[in-house]
Amino acid sequence: MTSTIDSVHAPAARTPTPRADTPAPKRGRLSVANLSVAFRRNGILHQVVHDVSFCLEPGQCVAIVGESGSGKSVTARSIVGLTGKNSVVDAQSILLDGDDLRAATKRQWRRIRGRRIGFILQDALVSLDPLRPVGKEIAEALALHHWGNRRQRAAKVIDLLRAVGVPAPENRARQRPDELSGGLRQRALIASALALDPEIIIADEPTTALDVTVQAQVLALLAETKERGVSVILISHDLSVVAHLADHILVMKGGRVVESGSADQVLNDPRHEYTRSLINAVPSELTRGKRLGAAPSDTATTPAADAVAVSIAPRPTDHDCSGPVLQAVDLVKRFTTPDGTVTTAVDHVSFALERGTTLGIVGESGSGKSTTARLALALSSLDSGTVTLLGQDWSSLSEPRRRALRREIAVVYQDPLSSFDPRWNAERILLDSLTDAAGLSTAAKKARVVELARQVGLPQEILQRFPLNLSGGQRQRIAIARALAPNPSVIVLDEAVSALDVSIQAQILDLLVDLQRQRGLSYLFISHDLGVINHLSDQVLVMKDGVVVERGTPDDIFNRPAHPYTRELISSLPDHPRRNP
Amino acid sequence: MSTIERQTPPTAAVQTPRARRRAAPPAGLVVASGALLLFATALVAPGLLATHDPYALNLADALHAPSPEYWFGTDEAGRDLYSRVVYGTRESLVIGLGATAVSLTLALVLGALAALGGRFVAGTVNRVIEVLLAFPTLLFALLLVAITGPSALSQVFAVGVGSAPGYARIIRGQILSAKNSGYVEAAVALGHSDGRILRQHIVPNAVRPLVAIIALSVGQSIVWASSLSFLGLGVAPPSPEWGALLDAGRVYITQAWWLTVIPGLVIVALALAATTLGKHIQNTLEKGEK
Amino acid sequence: MTRTSSNSPPRPAPGTRPVVPTLRRSPTLTWPRLRRIVEKIGGAVVVLFGAATAAFAAQAALPGDRATVILNIRAGQAIERTPAELAQINEQYGLQNPLVVQYLDYIGGLLVGDLGTSYQQFKPVSEVILQQIGPTVALTLTAVALSWLIMIAWVTLTAGRTGRLAGAGAVVDTTAAGLPHYWLGIILLLVFSLGLGWFPVISGPSAIGIVLPALTLAIPLAGFMGQATRTEFERSLEQPFVISARMRGMGDTGVRLRHVLRHSVLPAITLSGWALGATISGAVVVETVFSRPGIGKVLVGAVNSQDLPVVTGIVILIAALYVVANLLVDLAYTLVDPRLKSA
Repeated sequence: MTSTIDSVHAPAARTPTPRADTPAPKRGRLSVANLSVAFRRNGILHQVVHDVSFCLEPGQCVAIVGESGSGKSVTARSIVGLTGKNSVVDAQSILLDGDDLRAATKRQWRRIRGRRIGFILQDALVSLDPLRPVGKEIAEALALHHWGNRRQRAAKVIDLLRAVGVPAPENRARQRPDELSGGLRQRALIASALALDPEIIIADEPTTALDVTVQAQVLALLAETKERGVSVILISHDLSVVAHLADHILVMKGGRVVESGSADQVLNDPRHEYTRSLINAVPSELTRGKRLGAAPSDTATTPAADAVAVSIAPRPTDHDCSGPVLQAVDLVKRFTTPDGTVTTAVDHVSFALERGTTLGIVGESGSGKSTTARLALALSSLDSGTVTLLGQDWSSLSEPRRRALRREIAVVYQDPLSSFDPRWNAERILLDSLTDAAGLSTAAKKARVVELARQVGLPQEILQRFPLNLSGGQRQRIAIARALAPNPSVIVLDEAVSALDVSIQAQILDLLVDLQRQRGLSYLFISHDLGVINHLSDQVLVMKDGVVVERGTPDDIFNRPAHPYTRELISSLPDHPRRNP
Repeated sequence: MSTIERQTPPTAAVQTPRARRRAAPPAGLVVASGALLLFATALVAPGLLATHDPYALNLADALHAPSPEYWFGTDEAGRDLYSRVVYGTRESLVIGLGATAVSLTLALVLGALAALGGRFVAGTVNRVIEVLLAFPTLLFALLLVAITGPSALSQVFAVGVGSAPGYARIIRGQILSAKNSGYVEAAVALGHSDGRILRQHIVPNAVRPLVAIIALSVGQSIVWASSLSFLGLGVAPPSPEWGALLDAGRVYITQAWWLTVIPGLVIVALALAATTLGKHIQNTLEKGEK
Repeated sequence: MTRTSSNSPPRPAPGTRPVVPTLRRSPTLTWPRLRRIVEKIGGAVVVLFGAATAAFAAQAALPGDRATVILNIRAGQAIERTPAELAQINEQYGLQNPLVVQYLDYIGGLLVGDLGTSYQQFKPVSEVILQQIGPTVALTLTAVALSWLIMIAWVTLTAGRTGRLAGAGAVVDTTAAGLPHYWLGIILLLVFSLGLGWFPVISGPSAIGIVLPALTLAIPLAGFMGQATRTEFERSLEQPFVISARMRGMGDTGVRLRHVLRHSVLPAITLSGWALGATISGAVVVETVFSRPGIGKVLVGAVNSQDLPVVTGIVILIAALYVVANLLVDLAYTLVDPRLKSA
């Protein structure tokens, strides 16, 4: 067992290094036939996976792609027998190298997990025990399967960490996940799954919570693992993540496989409507100016188009000024951490948002982009610098004096649920946001709320529901309606589509584009997602560690990046599946 | 409509909560509500439930064990314990409710000041709460009784003040979490005034969980108050107040177990019923928020 | 389905620093950690000072002329006193001085361990307490240790199970937490001492005598801590790191003992400072039920006779214990959970 791992000692795994001299061992064949999974709740069975079949050849990668609720994770977990209490798994066969796993006892399962099938979950910050050093977690995988003695295990942990490209593994092994960077702890998680040299690795959204640059490193590491002959099952919501690793792709929707085929075929010649819409829904440079969602059917006209007839005309230009609607000059914001050190979250950031355009701010976590948004909204105090809204002083006003101007600038957050008072239904939330309608009668206000809902594509019935009972997309539409209600000039969108499934994200992005065209809105659009930024922005700011490292048109930024960091970001983007008309 | 995403995630997820909502209330809640109803009857109209005169002496039947005639047995003077417990409900509950009123009023004032006051006021009140928390409830109550001397009124006051700091901290936390919530920030971003935000968001969201706290607190107050009586520092024995019954029965523990066990059981039943109800309210509220 | 934690870094909450990878911190005693400890100690001193002030206020709040009251308490009856008698008392207790001076004297006395003089027993309060505190401390510590044992065994056994066991676990927690000490004590006494005769009816200083009183204190406390621990235990069982461990081939028992237990006791640890205070006040009742010597009995007697220096002396001592216990809890917490908690 040791010998196989010793051969793994690749130097830091930035790029996959194909090695022809190690022949792939002929193990790691998995075939699943007619897998169905149901959960029993309150005595009723709810089927979540229907008749899924696939075959994983040794050394290959099968990817299962789908949106939330598609059953992809449950499928993956049923392969290791961990679908949880109350689940009923039924399959014609689940064969791992000829052993039928359906018949496995609890004890046998425990010998399979970790030793024959390794499992990688998303976000090592919570997938590794946050109270223990990562080295202990890896050693635990070894100890559970009675590998070596304590000293051998300690040495092996260091080897494993080194093999997944963790520098100074002796020190890192003693640190807890929260003490490591996102990339290092994800590598440690992978090392714990690889510890016993399993035949198959199942990676469930292994890059989902990670920044793009780290995502690229983790994907390269997985590619290298596959190169060594380990079979990989990759679960993701993101076709582009899967694109350069998968040999075979299953597309799942509502618990069923809607399309299955070679990676090449599924990505380049998708047969199923849903696969096509998934690919088309991914925003990117190629989608600029185009709709991401399906063309609206004739039974229901586009909400936006419909709204033009009835509605509120584009804003009268009462604040007519030729300059930018929102301008920031030399914004600085410092935070004092609990241990007394001062960090500069936003460091001399300046920007100008022109009327009717979108300014995108892109950056990874900790880049200060969200703090910049809060400063623009005057929800945080500035340490220095000024923000001007519609040519008027904004940041230096006292809050009571600012209120009159507040209706000119609105905000939509990533998580709208927490921004709604749980006691209020959608109608009440929107009524409350009609800040410029003080004189109107209740009936007139209610009519405007219905109108607003229609503009964001929500039927009237939804208004009686409480946010808790709305889907993610519906919540985000309510949040947008609330932002529109006071008829603002500027909307700040802070990761507003980041938590949504790609097809719903596409609908919301389309809606935003429609609304902008129709009402002359200006957007300050904050996102970590380069594709979304590219799709939507007229101007782009790239932020890193609180500083704007580069600014320009999307064309400049994405095709001729000047700053090394921007270049690194762009090159980390996974290959994009081709768009299909 | 067609442009709207599926309104419901597929299969399981939607049906579950609905099914749960329709399910019958948990058995514990039914029992608790029934018990509380009985206690309420004993509070308002003890005559309906009592079988004997709670004060009538009958030395011939002294220290009679529980029987069909005397459900809970009799005390050393032959008084029917069951009827005494029924008639003692009023005094016990009034003390408990009074203490709850005292403690929550104090807690509301302290909690609101600590959460919403200016820097200096909030800081000072916070310190005061912290200092008071250093005195465990019963000891604080004993200290107050030592100053005022034992009586029903001092019992109400002592238990009320003694348990106030704990509740003050809970209320402060609730106000703060509402104050720092996303919906308050959203209201600020909409340009609403501080007064409006306080009225529309902070107060209702902070006050709503109070219902649960009241239920929990009534149960606790009765337990504390009866502890004082048990120690001989509350209502004095001839009274049928539950703690006083315990105190009186303690002397006869070797001969008549029912004199201590049964009044204690009644207190436990009331406290548990109130706690169950309070927890249920709390859970319902939390479920509604998540 | 797995995307619940969203594919983007969460927006930093208002006022917090954006998330940055923390690579530079060393786990040893660093300046920030030292600073935190110093701040905690400072806070504790302020609380103690406040408690002392409250105790003084309590003594000053005794209604009526204090010298008269003291004499009445001594004599056990209320009669008119001659000025000469009063002057002697005023002299002895420094009551002729202005309140501020009395206050400073009192605080000064506390600093050197002088808790005042009993109105009734003519002895320094510290002496009264010292004579009686031993059994109470023994009882309290035994009870706290016992409650941890009961709680951990019960929660580990029943939390996160399906069916009847899980339901029973939670119901037992709630019920135990709601049991008043006096009642539980009486039941244990009736069953195990009077009924079965396993333990003495009057719990003397013997080792066996401590069992029932300690159990009386431990059971409600175990129920109370159990509620918090159970919630956290069940939450931890659902965490991704637990699933990771199971994916590694770890069995259910291993996961419970090695991973989940440590996470789940965190809330109970933060409660244990409070628990110590609650246990000592419970001891007051329990000592009465089991006729055990200890400061509880002294306290009840002192409250009855309004011997305030003794009452405040005991209360202050317990408040100090509470504060110190909380300090220790804070330190223990950093041992179990080495993550530096912000704020």
